[in-house]
Amino acid sequence: MFADLTDRQWLWCAAAFYSAGVVLGTAGLVRVRRPSGVLVSGAIFAGYLCQWIGLGLRGHATGGCPLGNRFEIVQFTAWSAITLYLLVGVTFRSSLLGYLTSGLGAVLTLVSLSIPAWDAVLRTHIFGGNPWIELHAALAIFSYGVFGLLALTSTLFLFRHFSLKSKQLDGWFSLLPSILDLDHIEVRLLATGTALLTLALAFGSVYWSRDTATVGHAKLAATIAVWVLALLALALRALGRLLAKRFAWACLALFAGALLSLQAVDSSRHPSSVTAATPAGK
Amino acid sequence: MSEPFLFVIGATHHSAPLEVRERLALTSEDDLRADLAPHGAIRELAVLNTCNRVEFYGVGTDESAAALVQAAYCARQKFDPAEFERIRLRLTGRAAALHLFEVASGIDSQLLGENEIFGQVKDAYAAAQAAGSTGAVLNRVFQKAFQAAKHVRTHTAISAGTVSIANVAVELAADIFGSLADAKVLILGTGEIGNLTAKAFASRGAADLAVAGRRPEVASEIAGGLGAGTVPFAERESRLADYDVVVCSTAAPATILSGAAVAAAMRRRPARPLLLIDLAVPRDVDAAAAKLENVFLYNLDDLAGIAERNRTARAAEVDRCRALLAERADVLWSHLRRQAAGDRDDRPGPATAPGHAAS
Repeated sequence: MFADLTDRQWLWCAAAFYSAGVVLGTAGLVRVRRPSGVLVSGAIFAGYLCQWIGLGLRGHATGGCPLGNRFEIVQFTAWSAITLYLLVGVTFRSSLLGYLTSGLGAVLTLVSLSIPAWDAVLRTHIFGGNPWIELHAALAIFSYGVFGLLALTSTLFLFRHFSLKSKQLDGWFSLLPSILDLDHIEVRLLATGTALLTLALAFGSVYWSRDTATVGHAKLAATIAVWVLALLALALRALGRLLAKRFAWACLALFAGALLSLQAVDSSRHPSSVTAATPAGK
Repeated sequence: MSEPFLFVIGATHHSAPLEVRERLALTSEDDLRADLAPHGAIRELAVLNTCNRVEFYGVGTDESAAALVQAAYCARQKFDPAEFERIRLRLTGRAAALHLFEVASGIDSQLLGENEIFGQVKDAYAAAQAAGSTGAVLNRVFQKAFQAAKHVRTHTAISAGTVSIANVAVELAADIFGSLADAKVLILGTGEIGNLTAKAFASRGAADLAVAGRRPEVASEIAGGLGAGTVPFAERESRLADYDVVVCSTAAPATILSGAAVAAAMRRRPARPLLLIDLAVPRDVDAAAAKLENVFLYNLDDLAGIAERNRTARAAEVDRCRALLAERADVLWSHLRRQAAGDRDDRPGPATAPGHAAS
């Protein structure tokens, strides 16, 4: 029965599990004023497995890491954010972060599945069999996933900051981690995301320097802008110039910028790699 | 219908004021057990003896068991039995079990929802077990009480938030710094409330405490009691940047920490938050400090407001807790009655079941 499922059907299952995490978390918040960590984590894990299978099938069909159109890029970004959450999220000891992560996963997967135009064109073998280019792309999108988790942490920071300044500490504000812990997590995630993006750009630059015509100006400008923004935020934080609330807003802006840059990345695809118009079911 | 004669008898903060509870405080459980040993009517007994209650949970052959415990207790405490009759708590059967559930859950406590009572009930049960005075009925009642208390604390907000000023201050610091092990705390002033808050910080693991006061000898004395260091009062502003939490409770007629001094301190530690807890009236800290980035200023009214909101939130949960506990008490009592009936039926001839009581 499961063997007959298409990649998109697996990805719909993933979206359903992530959405179930949101519903279960919300029910927990309403009933006992905290999301159930076990239930939400279980839903995230089930969704993650489905997404892994779905992206695996897509990767098998396209002959490489599934980053051939905007649908695949957004799905891969969500998968990256959840991978990182599953790897290190438990150390945050915040059931609220799991709840928000399932929300991020649900939004990204549902939005990408709901817009057929994003998956209208299936591009195969986009990396031309060059593993370094594939690694460049995978690392770059993985760093965007890290920035996604950074955005969630920054959101928690802003809520905690608001609760402390406005002296509203009861209700679900009491579930938030300490403001110093959130600040430390933000810095670590920004440093991790920036390092991954730097590595991705380093791999990409070797390929680009051999043939500059292969990368569109828009993609180049957008990717470098995100990288510079990340480096700038990290440097200003280290110098003590970008702190607390402003740092959190900068991290949110960084993720927004990363998402916006996907348009430029997607539109710069080389036309020769387009091999098929896909009915959205495959 | 056969059922064990389970009872609880005692006195609590509900009916006995502090001066009476002082006279009721049991000094030696062992002596009381020795007094009751010759009486075969008492099969099982556990004593819960805290600053807010003295309660005897027992299982007897009949109703005389409770009266025997009361008489022995009044005699040992030299407490007038007639006076005890006026203030006593006496419940039997399902009501006694439900009472223990409520006590263990903290909803019968003076400080609603407090956690300490759970440990005290556990200690009472352990002491009774060690004395060999528990049996099938009390074992089951206490075990179910622990389960019920855990369930209620997990599934309701009966223990949410803190309700004392000192603990609210500590919780605030935890909301900002997480673990307090690395937080540096400065106590400005040698008043009682500052001292209480300092003790609360120490009990939560704050290892780096310092005290500053206008009278150095008093500051040294308080610091000695806490295992803390001292800071010259005159250096309070220049050394502000060294601390993460500053608790002010002086009797100074004007502010002792200016907004400019706090701003200067933050320039030296911009990335690390500063929590200022101003418990003084009139206030010790310039209110303008609250506007600074990474500075969190709370005064006495703020803390009292948080404590009151927590108290109200806990009180709102009591009915829900009672309903949850009543369901569990019903299940327990049905089980005990079935068990007692089964025990009686298993006997070869007419007999009274263990723990049987007149119903």
